Amino acid sequence: MQRFSALALIRHAFGGHRSWRPQWRAAEPKAAYDAVIVGGGGHGLATAYYLATEFGISNVAVLEKGWIGGGNTGRNTTIIRSNYLFDESAALYDHAVKLWEGLSQALNYNVMFSQRGVMMLAHNVHDQQSLQRHIHANRLNGVDNEWLSARQAKAFCPPLNIEKSMRYPVTGAALQRRGGVARHDAVAWGYARAADAMGVDIIENCAVTAIRRGVGGAVEAVETTRGTIETRKIGVVAAGNTSTVMAMADLRMPLESYPLQALVSEPVKPIFPCVVMSNTIHAYISQSDKGELVIGAGTDAYVSYTQRGALHVPMHTLEAICELFPIFRRLRMLRNWGGIVDVTPDRSPIIGKTPVAGLYVNCGWGTGGFKATPGSGHLFAWTLAKDEPHPINAPFRLDRFRDGYLIDEAAAAAVAH
Amino acid sequence: MLLIDCPFCGKRPELEFRYGGEAHLARPADPADLGDKAWGQFLYGRSNPRGVHAERWRHVHGCGRFFNALRDTTNDRFAATYKIGEERPAIPEAEGAASA
Ligand SMILES: Cc1cc2nc3c(=O)[nH]c(=O)nc-3n(C[C@H](O)[C@H](O)[C@H](O)COP(=O)(O)OP(=O)(O)OC[C@H]3O[C@@H](n4cnc5c(N)ncnc54)[C@H](O)[C@@H]3O)c2cc1C
Ligand SMILES: [Zn+2]
Repeated sequence: MQRFSALALIRHAFGGHRSWRPQWRAAEPKAAYDAVIVGGGGHGLATAYYLATEFGISNVAVLEKGWIGGGNTGRNTTIIRSNYLFDESAALYDHAVKLWEGLSQALNYNVMFSQRGVMMLAHNVHDQQSLQRHIHANRLNGVDNEWLSARQAKAFCPPLNIEKSMRYPVTGAALQRRGGVARHDAVAWGYARAADAMGVDIIENCAVTAIRRGVGGAVEAVETTRGTIETRKIGVVAAGNTSTVMAMADLRMPLESYPLQALVSEPVKPIFPCVVMSNTIHAYISQSDKGELVIGAGTDAYVSYTQRGALHVPMHTLEAICELFPIFRRLRMLRNWGGIVDVTPDRSPIIGKTPVAGLYVNCGWGTGGFKATPGSGHLFAWTLAKDEPHPINAPFRLDRFRDGYLIDEAAAAAVAH
Repeated sequence: MLLIDCPFCGKRPELEFRYGGEAHLARPADPADLGDKAWGQFLYGRSNPRGVHAERWRHVHGCGRFFNALRDTTNDRFAATYKIGEERPAIPEAEGAASA
């Protein structure tokens, strides 16, 4: 691996930047691996990276049906925060935030993690009570989150409109200062490069089409569009396509796949200092380092795999954005797209073992899993390596839907998050 | 936005409707007889197919009635809509063919 440093930059500058090499090999699939990861999004690549670096398992393939990071990882609005309500969730998401804090150094790759603060707006008494409840629960869990008055919120984010004449006036906000954003592509590429350097094979344009099982039903191999690959451990990290992959092992999942849309504006000079979310009128916004305003819309109403969604969904969000930030009313939108998010009944992820020996699943991150990428990869690698969950992901097991131990962040968030 | 053919009112824009989730998930007649696994599957297990999906819609801003629909989730095209209680219509392969 060619390491990045100021010195390397200068050295390459003298050579006209012509001697940089590809960041990872275009690996050919081998006949067998110790572990196969299905899905080359951020979570799958992070899983492979931690398998190799933390657990000494580097004979690993990451199989990606398209190009790495081309799924939800490359389509998301990159909001990172850990101010979730329940103890289990706070532990899970804060584990990730702690890893984010050292990630660029660990990977020797700038993932542009920026802790610029995530501010969640209240518009009525119910919002205030719910956000205050979050703040107290978070503080008990050692997660930072603080209450701001409407005027303090405006001081933190000057473009915010706090006029009383608004249809849904801002009555205050909860601010997590450690929250922020990161650069989505860099996260996929940084993990891919570091995993590759440890010997992991990253195999693109390779869709898994079947899971072969042997005695006792344990997994033996995956069939792919590039041939059969033998393995005793399969980690499925396929986001919106998880139900389809798990059906290959005859498992019916508690998941539904919905389009979730986002859009960006034309680039403008730095104007927006933080991330602002409003669950009540459904809008969230930040500004990328390229200058585009990055805006998240909601999910469409129905199950779909089209990566599109309908126009009225982003329109609804833009109306809310224009009300909250009248200054943006005349900006033009550049691009609008959709990703397919895998939603669980309790809006919490599933990370763990399955009834099939050797088959593990990491899914259900729905509308809000980018923030968890490093933590999710680390915990899933632990689970694959030790054949048992880490205490942090133990509550997020698949059979909680049989036993009724739901972690109901749906009621807590009630919005794309 | 989808154009949805309500079996009672005809074609209307999606905004008039509310999505009702997967269709034909009959509530078990005697839940007490069910094991946890089967009950969990009834509550939470979903087919979530890449291909034809049988689903419920309700025409909330029209006749107010529920009905069922078959829609291909790979292109959002409706293959059929039909009344509650009617059997799921068989659809010709070509229309419903799901890409993998
Ligand atoms: C519009 C939008 C906005 C979002 N905003 C946020 C946000 O602000 N903050 C946040 O935390 N989260 C957000 N999310 C959610 C977040 O993007 C996801 O939870 C997260 O990226 C999931 O990562 P992943 O690696 O599991 O999935 P993906 O990146 O989708 O990776 C899964 C991969 O599996 C591959 N795959 C599928 N089937 C197969 C197969 N059979 N064989 C081989 N490969 C296969 C896919 O091609 C895909 O690349 C958003 C999502 C969307 C769509
Ligand atoms: Zn009607």
